[in-house]
Amino acid sequence: MMNPRRGILRWIARHPRSPGVLLLGPAGLWLAAFFLLPILILLAYSVMPRGAHGGVTPGFTLEHYRRFFDPLYLGILRRTVWLSLLCTIACLLLAYPTAYFIARSGRRRNLLLFLAVLPFWTSSLVRTYAMIFLLRDSGLINRLLLDAGLIEAPLRLLYTEGAVLVGLVYGALPFMILPIYASIEKLDPALLEAAEGLGARSWARFTQVMWPLTLPGVAAGCLLVFVPSLGSFVVPDLLGGARQMMIGNLIQNQFGSARNWPFGSAAAFAVMALVMIAMLGVIRLNGLDDTGAEHGTGPGRGA
Amino acid sequence: MPASVPDLPAVEFRGVAKRYGATPAVRDLSFTVARGEFFSLLGPSGCGKTTTLRLLAGFETPDEGEIRLFGEIVNQRRPYERDLAMVFQSYALFPHLSVERNVAFGLEQRKRPAAEIRDRVRAALELVRLDPGVYATRQPSQLSGGQRQRVALARALVLEPRVLLLDEPLGALDLKLRKEMQVELKALNQQLGVTFIHVTHDQEEALAMSDRIAVMDQAEIAQLGTPAEIYENPRTAFVADFIGEANFLEGRAAGRTERQDDKAAGRQEERWELESAAGAFKIPATTGISVGDDVRIAIRPEWLDLCAPDDAPAGENAVPATVQGLAYLGETIHVRVALANGQIMVIALRNEGQLIKPLAWARGDRCMVVWRPEDCQVLEG
Repeated sequence: MMNPRRGILRWIARHPRSPGVLLLGPAGLWLAAFFLLPILILLAYSVMPRGAHGGVTPGFTLEHYRRFFDPLYLGILRRTVWLSLLCTIACLLLAYPTAYFIARSGRRRNLLLFLAVLPFWTSSLVRTYAMIFLLRDSGLINRLLLDAGLIEAPLRLLYTEGAVLVGLVYGALPFMILPIYASIEKLDPALLEAAEGLGARSWARFTQVMWPLTLPGVAAGCLLVFVPSLGSFVVPDLLGGARQMMIGNLIQNQFGSARNWPFGSAAAFAVMALVMIAMLGVIRLNGLDDTGAEHGTGPGRGA
Repeated sequence: MPASVPDLPAVEFRGVAKRYGATPAVRDLSFTVARGEFFSLLGPSGCGKTTTLRLLAGFETPDEGEIRLFGEIVNQRRPYERDLAMVFQSYALFPHLSVERNVAFGLEQRKRPAAEIRDRVRAALELVRLDPGVYATRQPSQLSGGQRQRVALARALVLEPRVLLLDEPLGALDLKLRKEMQVELKALNQQLGVTFIHVTHDQEEALAMSDRIAVMDQAEIAQLGTPAEIYENPRTAFVADFIGEANFLEGRAAGRTERQDDKAAGRQEERWELESAAGAFKIPATTGISVGDDVRIAIRPEWLDLCAPDDAPAGENAVPATVQGLAYLGETIHVRVALANGQIMVIALRNEGQLIKPLAWARGDRCMVVWRPEDCQVLEG
């Protein structure tokens, strides 16, 4: 019997340029088995007629995709995109100054970074439930406002679009802070000093030097926030209730209680299409290769 | 900005101090730089030279003292209110902007008309000998180190500053390019009449370019003077050691002697006779020495010579030594010798062509190290 290790080594010896590709093998197999295959199954389901008791029956139909264009579902889609956009913008506005502060705070940097990702240490479910205790009619916020005499009846905070947004932002913020932090941290402070020396006031230094040079981090952060927001279902489920449904809840319902797997699959592909569009946008902005981050700023490589 | 009186110095520091926490970065710094001067701040890393430059640029604010530019106190002025420009050690070119936009940056901030910006950018690039037709549209990442250096220079000079600050501008270039840029910087200084303040840790670079040098050590100026003064007349062991190479000898003052052999010149110069474990030697009479004092002197390797043990010229210092080794440096040959007390000295002999006239010395040879009594520097402290 052939020793598999020797076989691989012989193959590498025969293909001297290939070891790099070989390194991708394990991850590639994993993705093929647990990502690509399920996706293909989903794709197949999305164009097959619905079975009587869940599942699908053989055949081909586009009715599920057609059904998705019903105003009811388009409304959910619109809300999903809208909330995800708002969440991304809110995260960006909150994260950029935070990331700047962390990147420029010297030795405390690691501590602050640690604090920024601390919420990750608990499950998102726990964090979201904690939010309910904060936002519900008899929750902390309402009680404080009532006690202070600022309001007479509890404010409706929970099961609103605002509650969903707050929950989404809370969960996504570290994903915005980290990439922006990385790009600010990489920025040579001498560039800002050079700009100041050349006459740029603080706003000009930000818009003309800092922002364009940290754009790759901003783009990465936006992607990392926007894409998961599109697919989120725990936060809208717990904080938004039935009236603030996002597309993730729709998909979950179709696979769960509604037992309409083909429609759930079609909705899932609709989300995927949105994600693709977002990705393409960022790639166009950033360039597919890493040249945005590869700008040499330091002394050159010889004359 | 009010017109400045012509005879005021370009730069003046008066008792300037800056601390980071408890550590002084510079203390009680006072010096002036004349208009058009090429002035170098020279010292090892951590000596305060970069802080001095950053104080002048306005990136740091002094804790004490006054900084004046053309007579006006600028302590509280922002960097862009000081009418100076800086070339950074890393060049700090904006990586997302083309060469042209980099050079135009300062003019754009000043809202100059587009046509004027175009002309001045072109002129600045030509001044630093970069062909605008070739380089204007390039990105900094497409340039070599030397070209980036030139762009950084053009970006500063295009603003026609009255003072140009250079922070280790040549540090990242290879030796040949560095020498070339030294000549060019000096020429620009003379051509433009702009005051250059230059920070470096490279003593050779400072000697080659500067009108005057401030040697800094431990947050203070150790010595300020022309390159010749600094090199030939170092006041402290630090300066002697940092600038060029130096041999140090220590001896105890034994007494004064009259110089005997210079009757032709009609002078009777006094000498101090010093005794040391390596042998006795004479130094020029210096005030402030009394019998029994320990005196430290510095002698440059090229001021020393070697001769056979019984061949020492009269009137010169001669101490016995043994040759330890030779180093062939091209222009000179460095001979390492050990004195009687074991101390090592380095003697630089002119290379007269080893292939034609090989050096007579070899490892293990006994010899005398000789030098004229006046060819040494008595150090303070």
